[in-house]
Amino acid sequence: MTSPLARLLETRDWLLADGATGTTLFNMGLQSGDAPELWNEEHPDRIRALYQGAVDAGSDIFLTNSFGGTRSRLKLHNAEDRCYDLNKRAAELGREVADKAGRPVIVAGSMGPTGEIMAPMGPLTHARAVEMFHEQAEGLRDGGADVLWVETISAPEEYAAAAEACKLAGMDWCGTMSFDTAGRTMMGLTSAGMAELVEKLPHAPLAYGANCGVGSSDLLRTVLGFRAAGSERPVIAKGNAGIPKYHEGHIHYDGTPELMARYAVMARDAGATIIGGCCGTTPDHLRAMRRALEETPRGAAPTLDQITAELGGFSSGSDGTDDNGPAARERSGRRRSRG
Amino acid sequence: MSDDSDEIILSELDDDELVGQMYDDLYDGLKEEIEEAVNILLARGWTPYDILTKALVGGMTIVGNDFRDGILFVPEVLMAANAMKGGMAILKPLLVETGAPRIGKMVIGTVKGDIHDIGKNLVAMMMEGAGFEVVDLGINNAVESYLGALESEQPDILGMSALLTTTMPYMKVVIDTLKEKGIRDDYIVLVGGAPLNEEFGRAIGADAYCRDAAVAVETAKEFVLRKHNQMAARA
Repeated sequence: MTSPLARLLETRDWLLADGATGTTLFNMGLQSGDAPELWNEEHPDRIRALYQGAVDAGSDIFLTNSFGGTRSRLKLHNAEDRCYDLNKRAAELGREVADKAGRPVIVAGSMGPTGEIMAPMGPLTHARAVEMFHEQAEGLRDGGADVLWVETISAPEEYAAAAEACKLAGMDWCGTMSFDTAGRTMMGLTSAGMAELVEKLPHAPLAYGANCGVGSSDLLRTVLGFRAAGSERPVIAKGNAGIPKYHEGHIHYDGTPELMARYAVMARDAGATIIGGCCGTTPDHLRAMRRALEETPRGAAPTLDQITAELGGFSSGSDGTDDNGPAARERSGRRRSRG
Repeated sequence: MSDDSDEIILSELDDDELVGQMYDDLYDGLKEEIEEAVNILLARGWTPYDILTKALVGGMTIVGNDFRDGILFVPEVLMAANAMKGGMAILKPLLVETGAPRIGKMVIGTVKGDIHDIGKNLVAMMMEGAGFEVVDLGINNAVESYLGALESEQPDILGMSALLTTTMPYMKVVIDTLKEKGIRDDYIVLVGGAPLNEEFGRAIGADAYCRDAAVAVETAKEFVLRKHNQMAARA
């Protein structure tokens, strides 16, 4: 019953996840307009190399190349009918690499957002969202993923739909959201709000947390927010390697391996158990992170001031979990409640 | 929340109070109330253009500012935009009939390879909320698609969106093509969508990089005004 990741979490007090998928594939020649998932069939060698890069750099967990693998995303490339196969292939390639690693390495089946807005604000119903995630989840499961890994979600409703799909597929899962708007998700959810949401789910994740977003400082503030909310559930921190910069036709992330190493140690001290990178994080970054996590003794959780001193400032003054956020508009006092 | 929650009768409010109430109702995303208020103002002899600019755009400006400042988030903005749309549906034919001045027109689309359209949709909605006419080209637009729309729609503004670092460079391809054809300066080019910055906007030759939908609206207004002033100066 216990899944490989659950076992690993019992024996280790931190785990290194992987780095970037999209930006790494771009550096391998992925062109604007190509769906990364199609490479699972067209360029399996490059996808193996992507996974191998993380494993060789010391990752205990890597994510499959299936972020945009839901039917709604693949439809944009007229590949929606290949949903199951492309996801299965993503996991199969991962299985090959992980099984040759000579140590336990977790293949995590990546599931990104559907890209649609959920009802009642948008057209995507809960049932339809569950169905799409479920289709993807079955492909990943049948390809040999150890765990499903929902990431970069903004809407609580979509997170809940993914949870239900993982249950239908009979799989353990982890799920992270992207806190990129004034310390909250695009849909306004705070770190405290997510911690609460996770505990209410009928099929709760093995671990939850934050990925992508703005910079490593913001991400650590979010981790502190999860911890302050009182949850004992393992927390995931997968932040970007700095901020993207445009340079001679290419995008570079400005975070150095040294910066990501400091971020990794601070993330662990802040209370994260699974630590990795997101956009811009290369195997060099991962190696530096692994070394720092192994060589640096665990310390006290950093304060907000220590985070900004080490890693740079936050993108917003408040993340909505304190009372220091911007004040809501003065009302005439005759406001009617919605609905 | 308030004791007199159902007490407000829109038709009993004077014009100023009603406009104030419309600001609140837009903020709360109350579509039916907005439609009712628009009809009341029309019956009171307001011009469609005044209702648009003073009541609806005024209210949406507050929504935009609070979105920019991290007070409102996407769900609230979508609800407000939906309420605004209800009012606009009534006003649109009347605006055409009365020959009201056009605030501006924008062609917008997500660049080739980019399938993320939530940000772009928000910009389109907020631009409509600000009274702009918006032609939405959808996602995954090649340079030919932009060129075709520029020619057929003759907009003031070209808006390009990309969420991925892998697709952002394509914005430069589009701008370079406009330059080659000698039509770059015929349009205000606004870009946005990724966690980049003004430096990126400048590097690729856009007029401005817009951090979010609210900033896009403010920037669009500013540039259209500047363009009109330049045209007036030339005339």
